[in-house]
Amino acid sequence: MADASKLEQPGRRDFLYIATGAFGALGVSVGAWPLLDQMNPDASVKALASIEVDISTIGEGESMTVNWRGKPVFIRHRTAVEIKASADVPLSELKDPQTDAERAEKPEWLIMVGVCTHLGCIPLGEAGEYNGWFCPCHNSVYDTAGRIRKGPAPLNMEIPEYEFLSDTKIKIG
Amino acid sequence: MNNLKQNITSIARKTAIALLVVSSVSGSALAAGDHLEGAPEAKHVDWSWAGVFGTFDRAQLQRGYQVYKEVCANCHAMDLVKFRNLSQSGGPEFSEAAVKVLAAEYEIEDGPDAEGEMFIRPREPKDSMPAPFANNNAAKASNGGALPPDLSLIAKARGHYSFKDLFMGRDGLTGGTNYIYNLLTGYVDEVPEYILENDHHVNEMGKEADPNFTEQHFELGDSNFNHFYEGYKIAMAAPLFEDSVEYTDGTAATLEQQAEDVASFLIWAAEPKMEIRKSIGIKVLLYLIILAGLMYAVKRRIWENVRH
Amino acid sequence: MSGHSTYVPKSDAGKWLEERLPIISLMHSAAVSMPNPRNLNYWWVFGGIAMFMLIVQIVTGIILAMHYTPHADMAFNSVEHIMRDVNWGWMLRYTHANGASMFFIAVYIHILRGMYYGSYKAPREVLWLLGMLIYLLMMATGFMGYVLPWGQMSFWGATVITNFFEVVPFIGDDIRTLLWGGFAVDNPTLNRFFSLHYLLPFVILGVVVLHIWALHVPGSNNPLGIEPKTKQDTMSFHPYFTMKDLYAIVLFAIVLFYFVFFNPNFMGHPDNYIPANSLVTPAHIVPEWYYLPFYAILRSIPDKLGGVVGMFGAILIMFVVPWLDTSKVRSAKFRPAYRIFFWIFVFNGILLGYFGQVSTTDDFLGIHGVTNLLVSRISTIYYFGFFIVILPVLGLIEKTKPLPNSISEAVLGVEGAAEEAALLAAAEAKA
Repeated sequence: MADASKLEQPGRRDFLYIATGAFGALGVSVGAWPLLDQMNPDASVKALASIEVDISTIGEGESMTVNWRGKPVFIRHRTAVEIKASADVPLSELKDPQTDAERAEKPEWLIMVGVCTHLGCIPLGEAGEYNGWFCPCHNSVYDTAGRIRKGPAPLNMEIPEYEFLSDTKIKIG
Repeated sequence: MNNLKQNITSIARKTAIALLVVSSVSGSALAAGDHLEGAPEAKHVDWSWAGVFGTFDRAQLQRGYQVYKEVCANCHAMDLVKFRNLSQSGGPEFSEAAVKVLAAEYEIEDGPDAEGEMFIRPREPKDSMPAPFANNNAAKASNGGALPPDLSLIAKARGHYSFKDLFMGRDGLTGGTNYIYNLLTGYVDEVPEYILENDHHVNEMGKEADPNFTEQHFELGDSNFNHFYEGYKIAMAAPLFEDSVEYTDGTAATLEQQAEDVASFLIWAAEPKMEIRKSIGIKVLLYLIILAGLMYAVKRRIWENVRH
Repeated sequence: MSGHSTYVPKSDAGKWLEERLPIISLMHSAAVSMPNPRNLNYWWVFGGIAMFMLIVQIVTGIILAMHYTPHADMAFNSVEHIMRDVNWGWMLRYTHANGASMFFIAVYIHILRGMYYGSYKAPREVLWLLGMLIYLLMMATGFMGYVLPWGQMSFWGATVITNFFEVVPFIGDDIRTLLWGGFAVDNPTLNRFFSLHYLLPFVILGVVVLHIWALHVPGSNNPLGIEPKTKQDTMSFHPYFTMKDLYAIVLFAIVLFYFVFFNPNFMGHPDNYIPANSLVTPAHIVPEWYYLPFYAILRSIPDKLGGVVGMFGAILIMFVVPWLDTSKVRSAKFRPAYRIFFWIFVFNGILLGYFGQVSTTDDFLGIHGVTNLLVSRISTIYYFGFFIVILPVLGLIEKTKPLPNSISEAVLGVEGAAEEAALLAAAEAKA
């Protein structure tokens, strides 16, 4: 086979080759971004990202589950007993320390994403050792503020962004 | 003599058109194949957004939306366009707060609620533009049997792409907007002279060719006359007149201005990503041209000592 | 693939793998050490470009399928959802739509290059057959892909094409019903077309591997159409042809992305932005541009069965080209008469493409009394005549020009070749 490298040895790793290779690699990596980014939430999904909920019908000691971004959100109208039970717990006993005030903007309303922070199951309400939530999948136990107390879950259940539009209406997201 | 002259001009015109098509292998529809003697020429508008660097004029898109909302929307839906689109970049770019207000002017049925009832709520940015009729049958029934088409994609659906667009560096979207512009400005109250003359011309030729030929006349019927509609008879009555909207930005609402504004709005609605498409395109092409230059140098360097 | 490899594993891991699965040496022989004629011109880059386009289509296609909904009620809007809402969706869809056209452009040039230089002749018949099979699969894939947006042209294109099968004697009606999954083109048709449109590109990819395999056994043809004799006649695939092909791919990508970013609808049809309506046929039904020549052949034959047979025959006849051509000389470079007929064939193909989209009853270029139909019939006759008459007869009677002794002699001249051979021998002796 005729091979010019046998006739004359060109410097293979000279500047031109490196520059071209680098420039090409740059293009390939920038070009790969759209191929990945297309899997992120699209504009129509983002547009549906907030919901408004009427909470006037939830009596004390009652809960409601609403669908937000494809996940259940627990809205619980807590009783005085539940609030006190949660508020009295010293932070040192908690795996993921958060005060009750940090968990609920208005103490009687606990609004959180009802997904166990272990592996994503939905915990059962008014259940478990602390009469909060209990996840049947791997026995994680949450208290009346949705904080993790026992079991494999590492964190408290997530509090979504929400605001009270009025006393009876909240906007989640 | 006159007939002969007409024949020759028409042959020459057809040859020119055919040659243009031969030079293209594109499967695109050909516009205005049968242009009648004496008919007005379709106007080619100088669109701000045409061309490689063209961008939309925000104020024009906002005016166009106003025309759509106050005039077109009475009969035409725009299902694919959501209110939130009005605030996204590359469009009319209303503020998000303004879009909420615009959307809330209309209502939509939602539900079912906790009691299982459907309820009416104001539209939100995530909702689409309101449809004037419940369904196509209702739309037809209210419009003498003609269905006012959805306008979401109309500017692209009425487009035609020619090789000229390629050579002119145009986007290929101007065909549809020029058509809309000409259609909206192409109404006249009475059937014009050139149609009547042509009537006569057609009849003369028909008689020669066929002894059983019966006279044909151009009958408008319930339709309206439009210079630029195929067959000249259009069910839609002239929608726009001088001052049929009052622009909030103080622009004089001439018929031409409104037609231009709404045509631009419609091409944005059909191709909302046009601006980002072009701006990314310029970067991609620049990158590829530089890369091609480098690759050429590499290829030459490698083949330097090889004759081939 | 055929033992050209000079690959010797350096690492222990490399040796370990080589003994068990010699995949690296296989790839090495295919893309690195494969000897290629040194005189290949730029018409030889379109195989690599077609490969690049196939990959672009598969990657963008897989992504589009993540967002597309193959249901008659939702397909149109899901495509618009991709265009409007999905991140970069407009770019990916426009790349896929224009990529299909560019893929066909590359493949058409690739096929015509093969015809010009006689690349289908022995011992490369199987290579040609596999190539034609790829082309046929591409036509099927492209057609089914065009149906997916479920616009007016999608729907009516599908209706027209599936109706072709009705002409099959006795069972035509049943075949058509089977294709439709109903009594007209409808949701079941869309669903199966989506499934097959996803499947076929991978079948194409498989045949491409066979095509490359079949290329590596005899090696590439070249513009002179004579086989390489000495080492001097060839160059290693890498870096010489890899860099040349990559350079050509970048140039081709410039054209592709010009259309994607600045004229994305040019090769489409405006009517496909109108949702499918089974009650209204568009005024002018035209297929995608890459089917137009065959569509013109269909329309030029005044009989339904004859038209369909003619159209499919026009594609199938290409499969037997290696056995129709009787010439001993491969390259048109040394066949002056064939060269003329070849270029008429190319021009005739473009003309057929033109006839595929104009009204058959109109006058051809406005010449009074000469209809498009008449000229398209002449074009059709030439198309078939080229294969059935010109290729076999010309090979027997044509006076060809003398062939050079070797590729290197043709490139370097007799003295130059001897000089280079001496240099090479000296370099090898030194090593």
